[in-house]
Amino acid sequence: MHSKRYIYTFVLVMTAVVALVLALMATGLADIHERNAAIYNKKAILSAVDNYLEQPSSVLSDEQVMEIFDQQVEQVVVDAGGDPVEGRLAEDVDLAKEKDKPEAERHYPIYILNSPKGKVYIFSVRGNGLWDAIWGSIAIEDDFSTIAGVAFDHAGETPGLGAEIKDNPSFPAQFVGKEIYEGDGDYVSIKVRKGGAKDPVHEVDAISGATVTCDGVSEMMYRGLKNYEPYIDRVKK
Amino acid sequence: MAETTQLEKPAIKKREPLFGPKERKLLTDPLNDNNPITVQVLGICSALAVTTLVWPSFIMAIAVVFVCAFSSLFTSLLRKSIPKQVRMIVQLVIIATLVTIVEMTLRAVDYAVSRQLAVFIGLIITNCIVMGRLEAFAMANKPWRSFLDGVGNGLGYGGILLAVAVVRELFGKGSLFAGSPIEWKIIGPSADYMLNTTTISWLGWYQNNNLMVLSCAAMFIIGVFIWIHRSWNPKLVDVS
Repeated sequence: MHSKRYIYTFVLVMTAVVALVLALMATGLADIHERNAAIYNKKAILSAVDNYLEQPSSVLSDEQVMEIFDQQVEQVVVDAGGDPVEGRLAEDVDLAKEKDKPEAERHYPIYILNSPKGKVYIFSVRGNGLWDAIWGSIAIEDDFSTIAGVAFDHAGETPGLGAEIKDNPSFPAQFVGKEIYEGDGDYVSIKVRKGGAKDPVHEVDAISGATVTCDGVSEMMYRGLKNYEPYIDRVKK
Repeated sequence: MAETTQLEKPAIKKREPLFGPKERKLLTDPLNDNNPITVQVLGICSALAVTTLVWPSFIMAIAVVFVCAFSSLFTSLLRKSIPKQVRMIVQLVIIATLVTIVEMTLRAVDYAVSRQLAVFIGLIITNCIVMGRLEAFAMANKPWRSFLDGVGNGLGYGGILLAVAVVRELFGKGSLFAGSPIEWKIIGPSADYMLNTTTISWLGWYQNNNLMVLSCAAMFIIGVFIWIHRSWNPKLVDVS
Protein backbone atom coordinates (compact mmCIF):
# COMPACT_ATOMS: atom_id res chain seq x y z
CA MET A 1 0.00 0.00 0.00
CA HIS A 2 1.24 3.46 -0.87
CA SER A 3 0.85 6.34 1.56
CA LYS A 4 -1.65 9.09 0.89
CA ARG A 5 1.14 11.60 0.47
CA TYR A 6 2.70 9.39 -2.21
CA ILE A 7 -0.58 9.12 -4.11
CA TYR A 8 -1.10 12.89 -4.11
CA THR A 9 2.46 13.54 -5.22
CA PHE A 10 2.24 10.94 -7.94
CA VAL A 11 -1.00 12.35 -9.35
CA LEU A 12 0.25 15.94 -9.18
CA VAL A 13 3.54 15.19 -10.89
CA MET A 14 1.84 13.14 -13.56
CA THR A 15 -0.72 15.86 -14.27
CA ALA A 16 1.99 18.50 -14.51
CA VAL A 17 4.09 16.45 -16.92
CA VAL A 18 1.11 15.63 -19.14
CA ALA A 19 -0.12 19.22 -19.15
CA LEU A 20 3.32 20.50 -20.10
CA VAL A 21 3.74 18.03 -22.95
CA LEU A 22 0.29 18.72 -24.40
CA ALA A 23 0.55 22.48 -24.01
CA LEU A 24 3.92 22.56 -25.78
CA MET A 25 2.58 20.46 -28.58
CA ALA A 26 -0.60 22.52 -28.99
CA THR A 27 1.27 25.82 -29.21
CA GLY A 28 3.88 24.32 -31.50
CA LEU A 29 1.30 23.06 -33.97
CA ALA A 30 -1.15 25.97 -33.71
CA ASP A 31 0.10 27.69 -36.86
CA ILE A 32 -0.09 24.55 -38.95
CA HIS A 33 -3.56 23.75 -37.64
CA GLU A 34 -4.77 27.23 -38.49
CA ARG A 35 -3.31 27.08 -42.00
CA ASN A 36 -4.81 23.63 -42.63
CA ALA A 37 -8.22 24.77 -41.45
CA ALA A 38 -8.08 27.85 -43.69
CA ILE A 39 -7.15 25.81 -46.75
CA TYR A 40 -9.81 23.23 -45.96
CA ASN A 41 -12.46 25.96 -45.83
CA LYS A 42 -11.23 27.60 -49.02
CA LYS A 43 -11.25 24.29 -50.83
CA ALA A 44 -14.81 23.71 -49.64
CA ILE A 45 -15.83 27.09 -51.06
CA LEU A 46 -14.12 26.38 -54.38
CA SER A 47 -15.85 23.02 -54.62
CA ALA A 48 -19.08 24.96 -55.29
CA VAL A 49 -17.60 26.37 -58.50
CA ASP A 50 -15.84 23.31 -59.92
CA ASN A 51 -17.21 24.14 -63.40
CA TYR A 52 -15.42 27.47 -63.37
CA LEU A 53 -12.00 26.16 -62.40
CA GLU A 54 -9.40 24.68 -64.72
CA GLN A 55 -9.18 21.60 -62.51
CA PRO A 56 -11.83 20.25 -60.12
CA SER A 57 -11.24 21.48 -56.57
CA SER A 58 -10.68 17.95 -55.25
CA VAL A 59 -7.35 17.61 -57.09
CA LEU A 60 -6.05 21.10 -56.30
CA SER A 61 -2.95 21.24 -54.12
CA ASP A 62 -2.80 23.53 -51.09
CA GLU A 63 -0.65 26.03 -53.01
CA GLN A 64 -3.05 26.10 -55.96
CA VAL A 65 -5.97 26.79 -53.64
CA MET A 66 -4.11 29.73 -52.11
CA GLU A 67 -3.11 30.95 -55.56
CA ILE A 68 -6.68 30.93 -56.87
CA PHE A 69 -7.82 32.78 -53.77
CA ASP A 70 -5.05 35.34 -54.15
CA GLN A 71 -5.49 35.99 -57.85
CA GLN A 72 -9.10 35.30 -58.78
CA VAL A 73 -11.20 35.69 -55.66
CA GLU A 74 -12.39 39.00 -54.33
CA GLN A 75 -13.64 38.89 -50.76
CA VAL A 76 -16.47 41.16 -49.74
CA VAL A 77 -18.34 41.41 -46.46
CA VAL A 78 -21.80 42.97 -46.40
CA ASP A 79 -24.02 43.96 -43.51
CA ALA A 80 -27.70 43.16 -43.13
CA GLY A 81 -28.59 46.15 -45.33
CA GLY A 82 -26.43 44.92 -48.20
CA ASP A 83 -23.77 47.64 -47.79
CA PRO A 84 -20.13 46.58 -47.90
CA VAL A 85 -18.24 46.46 -44.62
CA GLU A 86 -14.73 47.90 -44.86
CA GLY A 87 -11.74 46.27 -43.26
CA ARG A 88 -13.08 42.77 -42.90
CA LEU A 89 -12.26 39.76 -45.04
CA ALA A 90 -14.98 37.28 -45.97
CA GLU A 91 -12.91 34.39 -44.66
CA ASP A 92 -12.92 35.94 -41.19
CA VAL A 93 -16.71 35.93 -41.01
CA ASP A 94 -18.04 32.86 -39.23
CA LEU A 95 -21.76 32.45 -39.87
CA ALA A 96 -22.13 30.32 -36.74
CA LYS A 97 -20.99 33.29 -34.66
CA GLU A 98 -22.99 35.83 -36.68
CA LYS A 99 -26.10 33.88 -35.74
CA ASP A 100 -25.67 34.89 -32.12
CA LYS A 101 -25.84 38.59 -32.99
CA PRO A 102 -29.06 40.56 -33.44
CA GLU A 103 -30.25 40.23 -37.04
CA ALA A 104 -29.54 43.86 -37.97
CA GLU A 105 -25.89 43.64 -36.91
CA ARG A 106 -25.01 40.47 -38.76
CA HIS A 107 -22.33 40.37 -41.42
CA TYR A 108 -22.40 38.08 -44.44
CA PRO A 109 -19.39 36.87 -46.46
CA ILE A 110 -19.31 36.99 -50.27
CA TYR A 111 -16.59 35.51 -52.46
CA ILE A 112 -16.52 36.84 -56.01
CA LEU A 113 -14.66 34.55 -58.39
CA ASN A 114 -13.34 36.24 -61.54
CA SER A 115 -12.35 33.17 -63.51
CA PRO A 116 -11.56 33.06 -67.23
CA LYS A 117 -14.86 31.19 -67.64
CA GLY A 118 -16.98 33.92 -66.08
CA LYS A 119 -17.80 35.81 -62.93
CA VAL A 120 -19.64 34.06 -60.10
CA TYR A 121 -20.77 35.20 -56.67
CA ILE A 122 -20.40 32.65 -53.88
CA PHE A 123 -22.72 33.14 -50.91
CA SER A 124 -22.42 31.28 -47.62
CA VAL A 125 -25.47 29.81 -45.96
CA ARG A 126 -26.00 27.94 -42.73
CA GLY A 127 -28.92 26.01 -41.24
CA ASN A 128 -29.93 22.94 -39.32
CA GLY A 129 -30.06 19.33 -40.46
CA LEU A 130 -31.41 16.42 -38.48
CA TRP A 131 -28.70 16.07 -35.86
CA ASP A 132 -26.60 19.18 -36.10
CA ALA A 133 -25.68 22.18 -38.20
CA ILE A 134 -25.46 22.06 -41.99
CA TRP A 135 -23.86 24.72 -44.14
CA GLY A 136 -22.98 25.38 -47.71
CA SER A 137 -21.60 27.65 -50.40
CA ILE A 138 -24.02 28.74 -53.12
CA ALA A 139 -22.46 30.06 -56.32
CA ILE A 140 -24.67 32.29 -58.45
CA GLU A 141 -23.96 33.55 -61.95
CA ASP A 142 -23.76 37.27 -62.61
CA ASP A 143 -27.45 37.43 -63.60
CA PHE A 144 -27.99 36.97 -59.82
CA SER A 145 -30.53 34.23 -60.34
CA THR A 146 -29.00 31.16 -61.98
CA ILE A 147 -27.15 28.75 -59.70
CA ALA A 148 -23.63 28.03 -60.95
CA GLY A 149 -22.92 25.37 -58.36
CA VAL A 150 -23.40 24.46 -54.72
CA ALA A 151 -21.43 22.60 -52.07
CA PHE A 152 -22.84 21.42 -48.78
CA ASP A 153 -21.26 20.15 -45.60
CA HIS A 154 -22.59 19.00 -42.27
CA ALA A 155 -21.49 18.43 -38.71
CA GLY A 156 -23.14 15.13 -37.98
CA GLU A 157 -25.71 13.83 -40.46
CA THR A 158 -26.13 10.07 -40.84
CA PRO A 159 -23.68 8.50 -43.32
CA GLY A 160 -25.60 7.04 -46.24
CA LEU A 161 -28.69 9.18 -45.55
CA GLY A 162 -28.39 12.84 -44.60
CA ALA A 163 -24.64 12.87 -45.23
CA GLU A 164 -25.37 12.24 -48.92
CA ILE A 165 -25.90 15.99 -49.34
CA LYS A 166 -22.12 16.12 -49.23
CA ASP A 167 -20.97 12.60 -50.15
CA ASN A 168 -23.13 12.00 -53.20
CA PRO A 169 -22.02 14.33 -56.00
CA SER A 170 -25.33 13.92 -57.83
CA PHE A 171 -27.23 15.84 -55.12
CA PRO A 172 -25.41 19.19 -55.41
CA ALA A 173 -25.20 18.66 -59.21
CA GLN A 174 -29.00 18.95 -59.41
CA PHE A 175 -28.89 22.59 -58.34
CA VAL A 176 -26.81 23.78 -61.30
CA GLY A 177 -28.91 25.89 -63.67
CA LYS A 178 -31.85 26.35 -61.30
CA GLU A 179 -33.04 29.88 -60.63
CA ILE A 180 -33.71 31.59 -57.33
CA TYR A 181 -35.87 34.36 -58.81
CA GLU A 182 -39.21 33.88 -60.53
CA GLY A 183 -39.76 35.90 -63.71
CA ASP A 184 -39.48 39.60 -62.96
CA GLY A 185 -37.85 39.39 -59.57
CA ASP A 186 -39.93 37.48 -57.03
CA TYR A 187 -37.62 35.65 -54.65
CA VAL A 188 -38.52 31.96 -54.47
CA SER A 189 -35.18 30.23 -53.73
CA ILE A 190 -34.78 26.51 -54.46
CA LYS A 191 -36.83 23.85 -52.79
CA VAL A 192 -35.72 20.27 -52.17
CA ARG A 193 -38.92 18.32 -52.74
CA LYS A 194 -39.67 14.93 -51.25
CA GLY A 195 -41.01 12.59 -53.92
CA GLY A 196 -39.31 14.37 -56.80
CA ALA A 197 -39.09 17.90 -58.15
CA LYS A 198 -42.29 19.24 -59.71
CA ASP A 199 -41.09 22.64 -60.80
CA PRO A 200 -38.12 22.18 -63.16
CA VAL A 201 -36.75 25.67 -62.47
CA HIS A 202 -37.01 26.05 -58.71
CA GLU A 203 -37.02 22.52 -57.28
CA VAL A 204 -34.68 19.55 -56.94
CA ASP A 205 -35.22 15.93 -55.83
CA ALA A 206 -34.84 15.07 -52.17
CA ILE A 207 -32.82 12.10 -50.91
CA SER A 208 -34.75 9.01 -49.77
CA GLY A 209 -34.49 8.45 -46.06
CA ALA A 210 -33.16 11.94 -45.42
CA THR A 211 -36.33 14.01 -45.36
CA VAL A 212 -35.41 16.11 -42.35
CA THR A 213 -31.96 16.94 -43.69
CA CYS A 214 -33.45 17.83 -47.09
CA ASP A 215 -36.08 20.06 -45.48
CA GLY A 216 -33.19 21.65 -43.62
CA VAL A 217 -31.45 22.30 -46.94
CA SER A 218 -34.63 23.93 -48.36
CA GLU A 219 -34.94 26.12 -45.28
CA MET A 220 -31.25 27.00 -45.37
CA MET A 221 -31.41 27.91 -49.07
CA TYR A 222 -34.46 30.10 -48.56
CA ARG A 223 -33.33 31.96 -45.47
CA GLY A 224 -29.64 31.99 -46.27
CA LEU A 225 -29.97 33.54 -49.70
CA LYS A 226 -32.63 35.95 -48.49
CA ASN A 227 -29.95 37.53 -46.31
CA TYR A 228 -28.14 38.52 -49.48
CA GLU A 229 -31.20 40.06 -51.17
CA PRO A 230 -30.37 43.66 -50.18
CA TYR A 231 -26.89 43.21 -51.64
CA ILE A 232 -28.23 41.63 -54.84
CA ASP A 233 -30.78 44.46 -55.26
CA ARG A 234 -28.04 47.03 -54.79
CA VAL A 235 -25.58 45.46 -57.25
CA LYS A 236 -28.23 44.75 -59.88
CA LYS A 237 -29.12 48.45 -60.27
CA MET B 1 36.66 -10.74 12.82
CA ALA B 2 33.34 -10.97 11.32
CA GLU B 3 33.79 -11.31 7.72
CA THR B 4 31.14 -10.36 5.35
CA THR B 5 30.19 -13.77 4.33
CA GLN B 6 27.26 -12.79 2.27
CA LEU B 7 27.07 -15.16 -0.58
CA GLU B 8 27.06 -13.59 -3.95
CA LYS B 9 24.04 -14.48 -5.88
CA PRO B 10 24.78 -16.11 -9.16
CA ALA B 11 25.02 -13.09 -11.40
CA ILE B 12 24.33 -14.89 -14.60
CA LYS B 13 20.64 -14.80 -15.10
CA LYS B 14 19.35 -16.69 -18.03
CA ARG B 15 18.74 -14.04 -20.61
CA GLU B 16 15.54 -14.35 -22.45
CA PRO B 17 15.65 -13.76 -26.17
CA LEU B 18 14.42 -10.37 -27.29
CA PHE B 19 12.02 -11.87 -29.72
CA GLY B 20 11.43 -15.51 -28.84
CA PRO B 21 8.38 -17.71 -29.28
CA LYS B 22 6.63 -16.04 -26.34
CA GLU B 23 7.00 -12.62 -27.88
CA ARG B 24 5.84 -13.87 -31.23
CA LYS B 25 2.78 -15.36 -29.60
CA LEU B 26 2.00 -11.99 -27.97
CA LEU B 27 2.01 -10.45 -31.41
CA THR B 28 0.10 -13.12 -33.33
CA ASP B 29 -2.37 -14.28 -30.73
CA PRO B 30 -4.59 -11.18 -30.98
CA LEU B 31 -4.57 -11.51 -34.77
CA ASN B 32 -6.28 -14.86 -34.65
CA ASP B 33 -7.10 -16.91 -31.55
CA ASN B 34 -7.71 -13.92 -29.36
CA ASN B 35 -8.82 -11.24 -31.79
CA PRO B 36 -10.24 -8.25 -29.91
CA ILE B 37 -13.12 -7.81 -32.35
CA THR B 38 -14.13 -11.22 -33.63
CA VAL B 39 -13.39 -13.21 -30.47
CA GLN B 40 -13.60 -10.80 -27.57
CA VAL B 41 -16.12 -8.56 -29.36
CA LEU B 42 -14.57 -5.37 -28.00
CA GLY B 43 -14.19 -2.02 -29.75
CA ILE B 44 -17.31 -2.59 -31.84
CA CYS B 45 -18.55 1.00 -31.55
CA SER B 46 -15.77 2.54 -33.60
CA ALA B 47 -15.64 -0.49 -35.90
CA LEU B 48 -19.24 0.24 -36.89
CA ALA B 49 -18.80 3.97 -37.23
CA VAL B 50 -15.56 4.65 -39.09
CA THR B 51 -15.55 1.81 -41.59
CA THR B 52 -17.52 3.45 -44.44
CA LEU B 53 -14.26 4.31 -46.21
CA VAL B 54 -10.96 2.45 -46.25
CA TRP B 55 -8.64 5.44 -45.88
CA PRO B 56 -10.06 6.82 -42.60
CA SER B 57 -10.20 3.25 -41.27
CA PHE B 58 -6.55 2.84 -42.13
CA ILE B 59 -5.67 6.03 -40.26
CA MET B 60 -7.85 4.93 -37.36
CA ALA B 61 -6.09 1.55 -37.28
CA ILE B 62 -2.67 3.22 -37.16
CA ALA B 63 -3.88 5.51 -34.38
CA VAL B 64 -5.14 2.59 -32.31
CA VAL B 65 -1.93 0.60 -32.83
CA PHE B 66 0.05 3.63 -31.68
CA VAL B 67 -2.10 4.36 -28.64
CA CYS B 68 -2.41 0.74 -27.63
CA ALA B 69 1.33 0.05 -27.96
CA PHE B 70 2.61 3.14 -26.20
CA SER B 71 0.03 3.23 -23.44
CA SER B 72 0.97 -0.39 -22.69
CA LEU B 73 4.64 0.56 -22.72
CA PHE B 74 4.23 3.53 -20.38
CA THR B 75 1.86 1.74 -18.05
CA SER B 76 4.26 -1.16 -17.83
CA LEU B 77 7.21 1.14 -17.13
CA LEU B 78 5.27 2.79 -14.33
CA ARG B 79 3.54 -0.35 -13.11
CA LYS B 80 5.50 -0.60 -9.85
CA SER B 81 5.09 3.05 -8.93
CA ILE B 82 1.43 3.52 -9.85
CA PRO B 83 -0.57 3.58 -6.60
CA LYS B 84 -3.16 0.80 -6.80
CA GLN B 85 -5.98 3.01 -5.58
CA VAL B 86 -5.77 5.36 -8.55
CA ARG B 87 -4.44 3.00 -11.21
CA MET B 88 -7.46 3.28 -13.49
CA ILE B 89 -7.26 7.06 -13.49
CA VAL B 90 -3.54 6.92 -14.22
CA GLN B 91 -4.12 4.54 -17.13
CA LEU B 92 -6.83 6.80 -18.43
CA VAL B 93 -4.55 9.84 -18.28
CA ILE B 94 -1.86 7.97 -20.21
CA ILE B 95 -4.34 6.91 -22.89
CA ALA B 96 -5.93 10.36 -23.10
CA THR B 97 -2.55 12.03 -23.50
CA LEU B 98 -1.53 9.73 -26.32
CA VAL B 99 -4.90 10.15 -28.03
CA THR B 100 -4.60 13.94 -27.84
CA ILE B 101 -1.11 13.72 -29.34
CA VAL B 102 -2.46 11.56 -32.17
CA GLU B 103 -5.33 13.97 -32.78
CA MET B 104 -3.10 17.04 -32.92
CA THR B 105 -0.63 15.29 -35.21
CA LEU B 106 -3.40 14.15 -37.54
CA ARG B 107 -4.85 17.66 -37.76
CA ALA B 108 -1.42 18.92 -38.78
CA VAL B 109 -0.75 16.14 -41.30
CA ASP B 110 -4.07 15.29 -42.93
CA TYR B 111 -6.74 17.81 -41.99
CA ALA B 112 -9.45 16.36 -44.24
CA VAL B 113 -9.21 12.90 -42.67
CA SER B 114 -9.17 14.38 -39.18
CA ARG B 115 -12.46 16.12 -40.06
CA GLN B 116 -13.89 12.84 -41.31
CA LEU B 117 -12.89 10.88 -38.25
CA ALA B 118 -13.96 13.82 -36.10
CA VAL B 119 -15.03 12.50 -32.74
CA PHE B 120 -13.86 8.92 -33.24
CA ILE B 121 -10.19 9.63 -32.71
CA GLY B 122 -11.12 11.13 -29.35
CA LEU B 123 -13.23 8.09 -28.61
CA ILE B 124 -10.15 5.83 -28.72
CA ILE B 125 -9.87 6.93 -25.08
CA THR B 126 -12.93 4.87 -24.28
CA ASN B 127 -11.99 1.98 -26.56
CA CYS B 128 -12.28 -1.04 -24.30
CA ILE B 129 -9.44 -2.81 -26.11
CA VAL B 130 -6.83 -0.29 -24.96
CA MET B 131 -7.90 -0.09 -21.35
CA GLY B 132 -8.48 -3.83 -21.23
CA ARG B 133 -4.91 -4.55 -22.28
CA LEU B 134 -3.52 -2.14 -19.70
CA GLU B 135 -5.47 -3.73 -16.86
CA ALA B 136 -5.05 -7.31 -18.01
CA PHE B 137 -1.51 -7.30 -19.30
CA ALA B 138 0.62 -4.19 -18.96
CA MET B 139 0.09 -3.83 -15.19
CA ALA B 140 1.69 -7.23 -14.65
CA ASN B 141 4.28 -7.58 -17.38
CA LYS B 142 7.58 -6.15 -18.49
CA PRO B 143 7.68 -3.14 -20.83
CA TRP B 144 8.89 -4.87 -23.99
CA ARG B 145 6.30 -7.61 -23.80
CA SER B 146 3.56 -5.15 -22.95
CA PHE B 147 4.55 -3.07 -25.94
CA LEU B 148 4.32 -6.11 -28.23
CA ASP B 149 1.00 -7.07 -26.70
CA GLY B 150 -0.27 -3.56 -27.43
CA VAL B 151 0.95 -3.68 -31.03
CA GLY B 152 -0.62 -7.11 -31.48
CA ASN B 153 -3.99 -6.04 -30.18
CA GLY B 154 -3.94 -2.82 -32.19
CA LEU B 155 -3.18 -4.83 -35.32
CA GLY B 156 -5.88 -7.37 -34.51
CA TYR B 157 -8.37 -4.53 -34.27
CA GLY B 158 -7.02 -2.65 -37.28
CA GLY B 159 -7.01 -5.73 -39.49
CA ILE B 160 -10.71 -6.37 -38.95
CA LEU B 161 -11.41 -2.65 -39.35
CA LEU B 162 -9.72 -2.62 -42.75
CA ALA B 163 -11.42 -5.82 -43.88
CA VAL B 164 -14.84 -4.41 -42.98
CA ALA B 165 -14.03 -1.10 -44.65
CA VAL B 166 -12.90 -2.77 -47.89
CA VAL B 167 -16.22 -4.60 -48.17
CA ARG B 168 -18.25 -1.49 -47.30
CA GLU B 169 -16.46 0.93 -49.57
CA LEU B 170 -16.17 -1.45 -52.53
CA PHE B 171 -19.87 -2.34 -52.58
CA GLY B 172 -21.18 0.91 -51.14
CA LYS B 173 -19.18 3.43 -53.15
CA GLY B 174 -17.43 1.38 -55.87
CA SER B 175 -14.02 2.69 -54.88
CA LEU B 176 -11.13 1.95 -52.53
CA PHE B 177 -9.02 4.41 -50.56
CA ALA B 178 -11.23 7.35 -51.62
CA GLY B 179 -9.93 10.65 -50.29
CA SER B 180 -6.32 9.48 -50.17
CA PRO B 181 -3.41 10.03 -52.57
CA ILE B 182 -3.86 6.49 -53.89
CA GLU B 183 -7.58 6.71 -54.60
CA TRP B 184 -8.72 3.76 -56.67
CA LYS B 185 -12.05 4.01 -58.45
CA ILE B 186 -13.27 0.56 -59.38
CA ILE B 187 -16.88 0.40 -60.49
CA GLY B 188 -19.34 3.20 -61.16
CA PRO B 189 -21.32 5.13 -63.74
CA SER B 190 -18.67 7.44 -65.17
CA ALA B 191 -15.46 7.37 -67.18
CA ASP B 192 -13.35 7.90 -64.03
CA TYR B 193 -14.00 4.33 -62.93
CA MET B 194 -12.10 1.24 -64.08
CA LEU B 195 -15.36 -0.53 -64.81
CA ASN B 196 -17.66 2.06 -66.30
CA THR B 197 -21.20 0.76 -65.92
CA THR B 198 -22.57 3.13 -68.57
CA THR B 199 -20.38 1.77 -71.38
CA ILE B 200 -19.91 -1.89 -70.42
CA SER B 201 -23.32 -3.23 -71.36
CA TRP B 202 -23.27 -6.42 -69.30
CA LEU B 203 -22.66 -4.35 -66.16
CA GLY B 204 -25.51 -1.94 -66.80
CA TRP B 205 -27.53 -3.41 -63.96
CA TYR B 206 -24.88 -2.59 -61.35
CA GLN B 207 -25.80 -0.18 -58.59
CA ASN B 208 -23.88 0.76 -55.48
CA ASN B 209 -25.47 -0.82 -52.44
CA ASN B 210 -26.46 2.03 -50.16
CA LEU B 211 -27.01 -0.37 -47.26
CA MET B 212 -23.23 -0.76 -47.09
CA VAL B 213 -22.84 2.92 -46.27
CA LEU B 214 -25.21 2.70 -43.31
CA SER B 215 -23.68 1.55 -40.05
CA CYS B 216 -26.00 -1.45 -39.71
CA ALA B 217 -24.14 -3.03 -42.64
CA ALA B 218 -20.98 -3.06 -40.54
CA MET B 219 -22.79 -5.09 -37.91
CA PHE B 220 -23.82 -7.72 -40.46
CA ILE B 221 -20.32 -7.81 -41.91
CA ILE B 222 -18.67 -8.20 -38.51
CA GLY B 223 -21.20 -10.91 -37.70
CA VAL B 224 -20.29 -12.77 -40.88
CA PHE B 225 -16.59 -12.33 -40.09
CA ILE B 226 -17.12 -13.84 -36.62
CA TRP B 227 -18.94 -16.74 -38.24
CA ILE B 228 -16.19 -17.35 -40.80
CA HIS B 229 -13.50 -17.00 -38.16
CA ARG B 230 -15.15 -19.55 -35.88
CA SER B 231 -15.79 -22.13 -38.53
CA TRP B 232 -12.24 -21.75 -39.81
CA ASN B 233 -10.46 -21.84 -36.45
CA PRO B 234 -11.43 -25.01 -34.53
CA LYS B 235 -9.97 -23.66 -31.28
CA LEU B 236 -12.77 -21.16 -31.02
CA VAL B 237 -15.58 -23.69 -31.22
CA ASP B 238 -17.19 -24.43 -27.86
CA VAL B 239 -16.64 -28.09 -27.01
CA SER B 240 -19.59 -28.40 -24.66
